[in-house]
Amino acid sequence: MANSNVVLHVADVHKRFGGLHALADIDLQVEEGQTHAIIGPNGAGKSTLLNVIIGKLAPTSGQVVFDGAILTGRKPYQINQLGIARVFQTPEIFADLSVLHNVMIPAFAKRDGTFTLNMLRSLDSETGIRQEAEHMLEDVGMLNRKDMQAASLSRGDKRRMELAMCLIQHPRLLLLDEPTAGMSRHDTNTTIELLKKIKSRGMTKVIIEHDMHVVFSLADKISVLAQGRIIADGTPDEVRGNPKVQEAYLGGTH
Amino acid sequence: MPTTFMSRNDLLLFLGFTIVVLAMPIWLAPFGAGYPDLLQRFMIYGIFAVGFNILFGLTGYLSFGHAAFFGVGSYTAVWSFKLLTLDAIPAMVFAVIVSALFALVIGFLCLRRSGIYFSILTLAFAQMSYNLAYSVLTPITNGETGLQLTLNDPRVLDAAIGQTFVGQPVPTLFGQQLSGYAGFYFCAGFLILAFFFAQRITGSPFGMMLKSIKSNQTRMQFTGFNTRPYALSAFVISGMYAGLAGALLAVTDPLAGAERMQWTASGEVVLMTILGGVGTLVGPVIGAWIIKYFENILSALNDNILARFWSFLPDGMADFMVTVTSKFVGDGWHLTLGLLFVIIVIFLPGGIMEGVRRIAAAVRRSGTPAAKTQTQPAE
Amino acid sequence: MFEVIFLQFLNGLDKGAAYALIALGLTLVFGTLGVVNFAHGALFMLGAFCAVTVRMFLTMETVTIDPTKLSPWGSPLEVREPLVQAWLGDFGAVLVNYSVPFSILITIPIMLLVGIALERGIIKHFYKRPHAEQILVTFGLAIVAQEVIKSIFGPNPIPQPMPTDLRGAADIGAFLGMQANVITYPLWRLIYFVFSAVVIAGVFAFLQFTTFGMVVRAGMADRETVGLLGINIDRRFTVMFGLAAVVAGMAGVMYTPLLPPNYHLGMDFLVLSFVVVVVGGMGSLPGAVAAGFLLGILQSFASMTQVKAIVPGIDQIIIYLVAVVILLVRPRGLLGRRGVMES
Ligand SMILES: Nc1ncnc2c1ncn2[C@@H]1O[C@H](COP(=O)(O)OP(=O)(O)O)[C@@H](O)[C@H]1O
Ligand SMILES: [Mg+2]
Repeated sequence: MANSNVVLHVADVHKRFGGLHALADIDLQVEEGQTHAIIGPNGAGKSTLLNVIIGKLAPTSGQVVFDGAILTGRKPYQINQLGIARVFQTPEIFADLSVLHNVMIPAFAKRDGTFTLNMLRSLDSETGIRQEAEHMLEDVGMLNRKDMQAASLSRGDKRRMELAMCLIQHPRLLLLDEPTAGMSRHDTNTTIELLKKIKSRGMTKVIIEHDMHVVFSLADKISVLAQGRIIADGTPDEVRGNPKVQEAYLGGTH
Repeated sequence: MPTTFMSRNDLLLFLGFTIVVLAMPIWLAPFGAGYPDLLQRFMIYGIFAVGFNILFGLTGYLSFGHAAFFGVGSYTAVWSFKLLTLDAIPAMVFAVIVSALFALVIGFLCLRRSGIYFSILTLAFAQMSYNLAYSVLTPITNGETGLQLTLNDPRVLDAAIGQTFVGQPVPTLFGQQLSGYAGFYFCAGFLILAFFFAQRITGSPFGMMLKSIKSNQTRMQFTGFNTRPYALSAFVISGMYAGLAGALLAVTDPLAGAERMQWTASGEVVLMTILGGVGTLVGPVIGAWIIKYFENILSALNDNILARFWSFLPDGMADFMVTVTSKFVGDGWHLTLGLLFVIIVIFLPGGIMEGVRRIAAAVRRSGTPAAKTQTQPAE
Repeated sequence: MFEVIFLQFLNGLDKGAAYALIALGLTLVFGTLGVVNFAHGALFMLGAFCAVTVRMFLTMETVTIDPTKLSPWGSPLEVREPLVQAWLGDFGAVLVNYSVPFSILITIPIMLLVGIALERGIIKHFYKRPHAEQILVTFGLAIVAQEVIKSIFGPNPIPQPMPTDLRGAADIGAFLGMQANVITYPLWRLIYFVFSAVVIAGVFAFLQFTTFGMVVRAGMADRETVGLLGINIDRRFTVMFGLAAVVAGMAGVMYTPLLPPNYHLGMDFLVLSFVVVVVGGMGSLPGAVAAGFLLGILQSFASMTQVKAIVPGIDQIIIYLVAVVILLVRPRGLLGRRGVMES
């Protein structure tokens, strides 16, 4: 494997919560433009791994490198500014704001950086960002809901909106924590289509997913996590055939 | 740019607000509140509340220490009157600058924490300021007596241009004494200006960032924003508003006392904001007006007036009602305020503006066109 | 020099004890109900005024005018007859003399009722509301309580005499084998300290050794799990609120001889107690107690003239300064758990 196009490298990461070894000796390499799925039973440490990547949690040891820059020790907003966006397992949105504003806010971060004192300009004059947000909402099929308050959206719509909030930043690396959980079959399919569409734009993605249908239709690579360890790693076909995986995961819970 | 400078609704709101404020001496006269002294306080506390709302209403950070900035503004203004000139403008400028610096330092420290810890930190700083103003800082604050203007203040700028005063020194604007209605219009100008800026801030991208900090600070950080400078800017801006209000109070009544910095004074501005409607533009101003109005009216009521009011009842009943109601007026008006406050927080957390909205919605549903036009401008 | 330091230490104890008692209740309420109670100081104040009321009743008198005799200034002589003594004889006199400790017996049920009524009537509706709103509603309640007291008892402090037998000072120095009369300490303050130690120990024992206490402690650690076990935690939390009110009330009663109560006593102590809770660590009972005493003693040292000579005004701000430093350096407080209320 050509090491040169590895864009994300999680190197020897350990994370302990008191006595719990939530991540043990994780070594993960994600290549540019690929979709890398992480699967594993509940409590395996998948979300924790994403938390370590985006700087929400500091690893007990080891480090995360993104495109030559060491992420460990940086603030979450700095990590985002390097081009990493994340959809959370439970939607993290601005519940009291409108859908449109929810999607506009990340665009401001992308355009204006971590802090700008733009308080005398009117929001109405930001037509560029508004249009961009409307396009984004159209892409995820939510334009007709743009004036709704985000809190009143259905669970599935909240996730889709959160996806739009990430996509509008055109991140180089998109982290998705169970993006289809809680969605109807129909919504799941729309989301998969959407994710395939972005795939063709060459965005690198790490996706955590329980739905094998989603995983095998999207992933270029799969890592299997169980009890904080990566127990298997490879292409979908390799992983599918791996007996260890079948025992720990596929056989166990499905 | 001109088309997007301000939306039509914003412009209407601003113009409406300006007219309501400037016409206050007229429309408040029937309510017994059309005199300058009270009107000035309406303006001053309106500014204080509008500014407080920029912090609490937009970012959700509940400060219990804003009276400290108000007090700093007052002291600075009085010192400017004493040392430099009786003209109000330099006093205002200095007051805003000094309170901004003060807010910058305190805000920088307090904003390292959020939630209840932030509230306690602001409270701690305000109480420190208050206690110091009463004790070791007496050379600056004149302790319990309060800082006053005297005949033999140096006033170097006034002296330099050979201006002298006869009698008790009074703050001026370009030589014109700022008492009575002149004082009111001076304060009203600042309230309108303060409102305008608050409106701009609320409607700007910056304002939206503040609201999203209130909504979900974690998301803000994972979205690439450094939230602390945003919150700090809001803190400093609201501190400047408080300083401005404090300075205006010193202009209309050039005596600054430490009690202006006490935490109960901070509590009062919280009350005004809540009562009117947190996060709304007009709400805090209305809250400030109502509290100052009732403070004025209720605290002036006494048993004689009450007896006259209840005189239509049979004697025993009247006496009883006088005894009961007297507990809620005069010195007891704080009791009324406390009860009102509890009731608002329990039943109408959105304050008066929320009430107005609900009524408006109910009216709209029943579809009476006449009532519709009446309630809409309030939004 | 040692004597001086020891004396300051003792001087800090009674104030520290009051802080500790109030902070204990605050923490109990915060830890169990998750409510930030700005009305807790008002409960302390209400307790103090229970003592005032009890004494008022105990010292009620009948006044009869004896027209046959004249007072020294020429008016008809008023004969005052204390009612309680008239009814109960010597025991009545003892009761009047010991009115403050006696008030405790009456304060306990009253404060329990006040606490339960408050929790059932208002506080319980705020469990799920934001902390800011909890602060606001309890702040409003505190204003109401203090204004009601003001309108009944007036704005001035009402001194409460301590029992005559307990007025002297204890010679602690002699007790510890030092010279006599070097370290003396007012007896009532000593009593206050012992009293608070007993109450604190009682609360801890209650939490430690009863099933009720166990459930409450488990609830403090992890409310959801305990709720899931099907234990009716709400009922217990109501009682906890009542208990916190009782502790605050008793602390207020016993404090009256040291500081004549007035209507803003509660607010004065509230701000400091909150600071104490934060310094101790939100939600930590031992933290609250330790911080209460620590800050009381620190305050006592800061008001020494030698210290004030070096840092003027330090006595005015020491508590707040400590709080600020603690909050900035160690946000969870001295003994607090990580992440409590930090969202
Ligand atoms: N902040 C935390 N503190 C303590 N334990 C945690 C924390 N976050 C996750 N855990 C624990 O780490 C383990 C892995 O959790 P998680 O990463 O959420 O699993 P999943 O693979 O289902 O996403 C779980 O046992 C969880 O309880
Ligand atoms: Mg997970």
